Amino acid sequence: MSDSVAVGATHAVPAHHEELGFWRTYVFSTDHKMIGRQFLFLGFFMLVLGGLMAMMIRWELAWPETAVPGLRWLPEPYAYEGIIPPQTYNMLFTIHATLMIFFVVMPIMVGCFGNFLIPLMIGARDMAFPTLNMLSFWVGLLAGLVMLAGFFVPGGHAAAGWTAYAPLSAKAAYTGVNWGQNLWIISLLFLGVSSLMGSINYITTIVNMRAPGMTYFRMPLVIWSLFITAILLLLALPVLTAALAMLLFDRALGTSFFLPEGGGEPLLWQHLFWFFGHPEVYVLVLPAMGATSDILSTFSRKPVFGYHAMAFSMIAIAFLSWIVWGHHMFVSGMNPLMGTAFMMSTMVIAIPSAIKTFNWLGTLWRGSIRFTSPMLFALGFVSNFLIGGLSGIFMASTPVDIFIHDTYYIVAHFHYVVAGIIFALFASVYYWFPKMFGRMMNERLGKIHFILTYIFFNGAFFPMHILGVGGHMRRIYNPLQYDFLQPLQDINIFITTSALVLGLSQIVFLVNFLASLFRWNAKWFRFLVRTVVSAIFGFALCVIVLSTVGWLFRGPLWPQFHQAFSAVLSGSVLAWIVLLALFAATFWSLRNMGELGERASKNPWQANTLEWVALSPPPHGNFDAIPVVYRGPYEYSSPEVKEDWLPQNRPLITQSSAPRTH
Amino acid sequence: MMSWLPENVSTFGGEIDSLFYLIYYITGAVFILVTVLMILFLVLYRHREGRRATYSHGNTALEITWTVIPAVILLVLSFMSVSSWGRIKAHAPPADFQVQVTAKQFNWEIVYPGPDGKFGTADDFQIDNDLHVPVNKVVHVHLKSKDVIHSFFLPNLRLKQDAVPGRDILVWFEATKPGKYELPCAELCGFGHSGMRGWLYVDTPEESEKWVKENWPQQ
Repeated sequence: MSDSVAVGATHAVPAHHEELGFWRTYVFSTDHKMIGRQFLFLGFFMLVLGGLMAMMIRWELAWPETAVPGLRWLPEPYAYEGIIPPQTYNMLFTIHATLMIFFVVMPIMVGCFGNFLIPLMIGARDMAFPTLNMLSFWVGLLAGLVMLAGFFVPGGHAAAGWTAYAPLSAKAAYTGVNWGQNLWIISLLFLGVSSLMGSINYITTIVNMRAPGMTYFRMPLVIWSLFITAILLLLALPVLTAALAMLLFDRALGTSFFLPEGGGEPLLWQHLFWFFGHPEVYVLVLPAMGATSDILSTFSRKPVFGYHAMAFSMIAIAFLSWIVWGHHMFVSGMNPLMGTAFMMSTMVIAIPSAIKTFNWLGTLWRGSIRFTSPMLFALGFVSNFLIGGLSGIFMASTPVDIFIHDTYYIVAHFHYVVAGIIFALFASVYYWFPKMFGRMMNERLGKIHFILTYIFFNGAFFPMHILGVGGHMRRIYNPLQYDFLQPLQDINIFITTSALVLGLSQIVFLVNFLASLFRWNAKWFRFLVRTVVSAIFGFALCVIVLSTVGWLFRGPLWPQFHQAFSAVLSGSVLAWIVLLALFAATFWSLRNMGELGERASKNPWQANTLEWVALSPPPHGNFDAIPVVYRGPYEYSSPEVKEDWLPQNRPLITQSSAPRTH
Repeated sequence: MMSWLPENVSTFGGEIDSLFYLIYYITGAVFILVTVLMILFLVLYRHREGRRATYSHGNTALEITWTVIPAVILLVLSFMSVSSWGRIKAHAPPADFQVQVTAKQFNWEIVYPGPDGKFGTADDFQIDNDLHVPVNKVVHVHLKSKDVIHSFFLPNLRLKQDAVPGRDILVWFEATKPGKYELPCAELCGFGHSGMRGWLYVDTPEESEKWVKENWPQQ
């Protein structure tokens, strides 16, 4: 690839474009694009692990203390003939959350897209500190390995929740976990170092290496979001690092920062943790918002509605995120007056989020909307973020929070926001895959993936609101131990079946991703893909159809859904007729699904931003000549040109003589 | 969604529920508005040959409107919440009945002051997981923990308070309906967290007298 780099007119290409060996190209690479891809694969691997843990958690909640199918191989004391004991259950939800937050969303949204997009979208050849960038990935990988090692030490992995509330987390005797919790702490300390190196790099690169003409307010919103995210990380991580070090000292060196018997204060941990933790939530969600803004604009063929308001609302969120942490602590024993103050600040931070949502709506208004896979997922993110944002108002209100705190209402809320990021994540993968790998992902499979993910995501998480309103506590192992939760068990089963289908649906994505990446187009493989995808899609549709029919004729949806699910599995004749019909229909509709891994052109989406000026995938050094920027990133359907896009780097010589279309 | 709330039997529970309903109606309306508009836009402005998107960078008046309206609504909600919060948390009415609840892995240790009305004397009565209180009386609970953080949760009374080791936290309630209600722990407290629960018995005056006579040490 590197021989295609010509010496630029304005900037000389870095001298080192001789062929690098395998190790320097794919493993110890200092190229921001390769590091981005490495973060992507790390994130996907952890996503699979975290997802499987979620399935085990859900199985336990729907059918408590029964053997999880396929888990009989798990050794004692992790499981007993496939039955998960409470200790393992606590371990699972602790590590599920830890992986999803620190090893899936952060590596992919911040690590992968931050690395890949920042230099390309601001018109730079690489990051400011390429070696630091490489180190950031390798320290992150080390953190991941240490985290996974926790499963293999005596006593098992950390089981005090991802929030690791002291004193539960501060003394081995309270959880029975010794080295698991220590490794959890050490892993997050490493991860903090990795993110710190990344964020210093992002900030320096954005401040110093923007192409000529790329002013701050000509930067795409995704770059704005990553810039703000990096600043938040830089300021928040030292707090977490300090808190983790104190916790480790309490555990290993006999200090008493958080232990009352030695004069410590348990609530100190919560203050420190959430002082980091709330900015962290925005670290996770801001890049998702930025990417969504870009994608919505591209496929509406219309400028982002209120670009400045979008940028300033992210800045406002960044400032406000430092003064809302106490809303996690309304019932913790903190002074009620503090509760009032934190409620006020929390209500205020809802305003910039509202602005963003309405501006997304405004972007769609009078657009010319293309329903591509990235667009569908971006729309899915907006619709889920709407629900997650609105449900947040309930818990911002201190009196209401007294009741819903620590219930499934909270679980529903943060999954709509944080797990909802998966929609922006998929949108970004479908959107930037052509630039990243030089291949297109398959549109047909992308749409099937979207339909399944959207329906079953909502099926899995929306009813959790109802559980929470019913008083269902979070982090309990067996809801059937409580009399007042018995009537809610049907909903738990509904959620679990939805979650299982949601997990199954991701196979469609995996197949699409791998087949597009490696251009697997052998006849037998395409036949296999059609069969697998049709089976999953047909099965899911069949359950939906049957449960809807059951609901229309027999009432409540929750039991009907489960009945439909088990009717298919147990081989009821009617269910199988419906299933086969839907399978056949899907199979037939996939007969011309197009080539897998079709070669991508430079600018397949006809987008304006600078990454689409480079080749797909961009060579080492990214651009032939550093592009010069003449305008903002969202000049779609501009009256100045005939076509409906106007790249940031295209000079217009006689601005008024361009033909007007309308 | 409202019918899913457990039955409310506390004096301040109604206030919490009505705030809940209010927010539910407001957010419900916003949800429907935004969703309908979004679907409408997706249908109306789908790509069709020959039609070009409107070139527009925004509309300041509109943006100010949709900033100010949510701000006003949130401000009103805040003030309503503040006054309820104050009534529930800041000023506990004087106690008619006092009890100490000490959480430990994985039980609620409940101490009654006994006939002399004082804690820490020989006639205290202690029992695990059975909290008996009289109906229509203000109950003060002195909440403590022996080991980790637990959370004292009475779903039917809309009451939740963490029990923090090293602290003595006062919570109060007044139950309005006799009956037997569950008292789960709502904060992860170890492998036995699930299943850590007690029972709240709200007794009529007769039941209360009978229970005291049968259980408490006699004077």
